[in-house]
Amino acid sequence: MEFSDAQIQRYSRHIILPEVGGKGQKKLLGAKVLLVGAGGLGCPAGYYLAAAGVGTIGLVDDDVVELSNLQRQIAHSTGTIGMPKVESAKRTFESLNPDVKVVPLKGRLNKDNITGIIEEYDLVIDGSDNFPTRYLVNDACVLSRKPLVSGAILRFEGQVTTLIPHEGHCYRCLFEAPPPPGLVPSCQEAGVLGVLPGVIGALEATEALKIILGQGEPLKNALLIYNALSASFRKVKVPRNPNCPVCGDNPTITELKDYDAGYCQMG
Amino acid sequence: MPEKVSDSRGKKEEMAGKKKNLDIRGLVCPYTFVKAKLAIEDMELGEVLEIVLDYPEAVHNIPKSMQDHGQKVLKVEQTGIKEWVIIVRKEKD
Repeated sequence: MEFSDAQIQRYSRHIILPEVGGKGQKKLLGAKVLLVGAGGLGCPAGYYLAAAGVGTIGLVDDDVVELSNLQRQIAHSTGTIGMPKVESAKRTFESLNPDVKVVPLKGRLNKDNITGIIEEYDLVIDGSDNFPTRYLVNDACVLSRKPLVSGAILRFEGQVTTLIPHEGHCYRCLFEAPPPPGLVPSCQEAGVLGVLPGVIGALEATEALKIILGQGEPLKNALLIYNALSASFRKVKVPRNPNCPVCGDNPTITELKDYDAGYCQMG
Repeated sequence: MPEKVSDSRGKKEEMAGKKKNLDIRGLVCPYTFVKAKLAIEDMELGEVLEIVLDYPEAVHNIPKSMQDHGQKVLKVEQTGIKEWVIIVRKEKD
């Protein structure tokens, strides 16, 4: 493909980077990224992917926009309250960049639909707000050998990690199984500083762009933890666990299963 | 944005290797370099790009950036009151 004059202007700050250039920009335009969740993390991650010219963004979310989302979910607005989040975010991302096609997938991922959905995409970004989805996405990406960028936030702290199945660690190498529902903070306890998902979502988008471009070192075998109160980043090594139940040498999880959704969900 | 990329392989140039022309008169920074970089990316190693431009700042900026990106600047020449030619050989993909 040849760039139009508008594209040359839009992506000029990418094109002049030696690590991106016109070739890298074409990779971005041809890339397909699946965003799980159009909430706190999915909004900023998707916004930057759209700005960067990632050509296809799949968006999975079951919710509609609520007023309480707008403190942090920047792709939605007062005018889209009540609208499905995937539609609201599609409108925002596509108006930012008409080169981007957003595929809205309103619904929840489950063991029966996830494999068919992720096989359409080059990589997955997890911005989900609950453990059942987080483990389902991890297991599906490991079994399908699909790169996964995973982010999570709570109160003033967030974390990001990049999973390249069978090369690095997976989510279960870190935390083998979901915590029991009673240990997860309740809705009253689980506040979040509105800007925090912006930081973590932007880091997730950064990891995704690096993987698409084939530049730099992904957060493979590492967990990056950001604390807003102390204004500090910590990078913790996470080795692949040879006894991991899903990506280990003798896996016990060889097919997907759904977990109970008995958790508080706040995105 | 005026732009013209064309193959100008006369008999002389053919002997000296392939040469491409890029007319970026009328463009300002950073689009002068953006266009030049895109043209270089589409060329083979060893091919030569001849750039005609009329934006004074780019006369210094394009050769500097081309060198930073690993390309060889063969010539920078003023060809008119407000017109310059820069010749670059592609040495790095």
